Amino acid sequence: MTGITVQNKAVVVPGEVLCEDMGFLPGQGTYRQGERIYAGRLGLANVDGRMIKIIPLSGKYMPKRDDVIICKVTDITLNGWRLETNSAYSAMLGLKEASSDFIQRGADLTQIYGIGDYMMCQVINVTSQKLVDVSMRGPGLRKIKGGRIIEVNPYKVPRIIGKQGSMISMVKQELNCNIMVGQNGLVWIHGEPLNEQKAIEAIRKIGQESHISGLTERMKDYLQKNGVR
Amino acid sequence: MSYTKRVAGRGFDEARPMEAKVGVIKRADGSALFKIGNTWAYAAVYGPRNLHPRFMQDPSKGILRCSYNMMPFSSFNDRVRPGASRRSKEISLVTQKALEPVLNLQDYPNSVVDVFIELPLTEAGSRCAGICAASMALADAGLEMKDLVSAISVGRVDDKIVVDLDYSEEAYEGGPVADIPIAMMPNLGKMTLLQMDGEVTKEMLQEAMQKATKVCKDIYEVQKAALKQKYATTNGDE
Repeated sequence: MTGITVQNKAVVVPGEVLCEDMGFLPGQGTYRQGERIYAGRLGLANVDGRMIKIIPLSGKYMPKRDDVIICKVTDITLNGWRLETNSAYSAMLGLKEASSDFIQRGADLTQIYGIGDYMMCQVINVTSQKLVDVSMRGPGLRKIKGGRIIEVNPYKVPRIIGKQGSMISMVKQELNCNIMVGQNGLVWIHGEPLNEQKAIEAIRKIGQESHISGLTERMKDYLQKNGVR
Repeated sequence: MSYTKRVAGRGFDEARPMEAKVGVIKRADGSALFKIGNTWAYAAVYGPRNLHPRFMQDPSKGILRCSYNMMPFSSFNDRVRPGASRRSKEISLVTQKALEPVLNLQDYPNSVVDVFIELPLTEAGSRCAGICAASMALADAGLEMKDLVSAISVGRVDDKIVVDLDYSEEAYEGGPVADIPIAMMPNLGKMTLLQMDGEVTKEMLQEAMQKATKVCKDIYEVQKAALKQKYATTNGDE
């Protein structure tokens, strides 16, 4: 491996030279100029075979098709609801996609979802101009009642969920809370107030320490010490 | 032939001591502090976010909006009158023009990235400090950037070419003075800001620009170290 000028998994900043070898290819978050590959954003350099890419560490959420996200109703129009997605763009929930039940024409939409309601929904389409369409038809997609919502770094969401949801189910079980994590970085927590508070602390801890190895073990210890039982 | 020694005993090619920190403002999407001598600049970045008023929206790409503000107590002289002034408006504009070339906002149509630069203490070179802080804050906000932007003011005092003029040099009365703020992408070697106040010869300007290039590389190292510092613990596995 010649020509690579940074360590694998090292933090790189924009403009840093990653590689001086035509044998490598610039992946996401990088660009080539002449012989060199430069970092095009802040993140972790990742060398995978002949491909160099950057794993982002920070930034806003960008709506993506099929993501399950938590949204808030900001407006009600003639043909649906406008939702706030914790990103630069708002989403549209059409009447047809609003629930698995049939909605009568001319029905009072505020009776179904009112302004300020939070809901779990799925992105079904994103256009080039970032018009976002979401749906509420699907398993687990519903209006959120009770509990509280916190905001986390959207790039930490996979860590909070864990492999096959292992991390989040551990928190749920130990703290006896119902938790849902949206891809957009909003997390809903519902349970006894004290447990909710503990769950928030646990989730923040996961976000902060996600990069240190042995996270699952540490969280297990932490939850056993601070859990309900 | 009279300007032989700089006030603080600095060398003619020596910038004032610098310090940088990233992530200083919790609620911002990205933030940074850049200090150079007695000039301090805080920068906070918000967005990409929804842009209002709507007529400013650009459907082909996101826009960058900068605001430069000196705090009322920041000056060594009189109190700075709060609020926008002709000067701050111009500096906001040149800051925006200096940062735009490195940013890629293609993926954010109709949205805006807001940059707020606040200066709690100033003594010359404030627009350069502001640009340095802003570029770190933009990187911290996770935006796509070709390079960071580093900026420094160079110039001439009497017969000498000096780097990073301080207030006493800007106000030097023993001979001609020129103040030339320069911003550049240190890795790509391209300039994004070049202004001048004063008078210089062609040769002097060329020499000054060369020195600025060198100092900008040093500033880049300071910026890089500060950014890595924030994410320092983020290198293990996973």
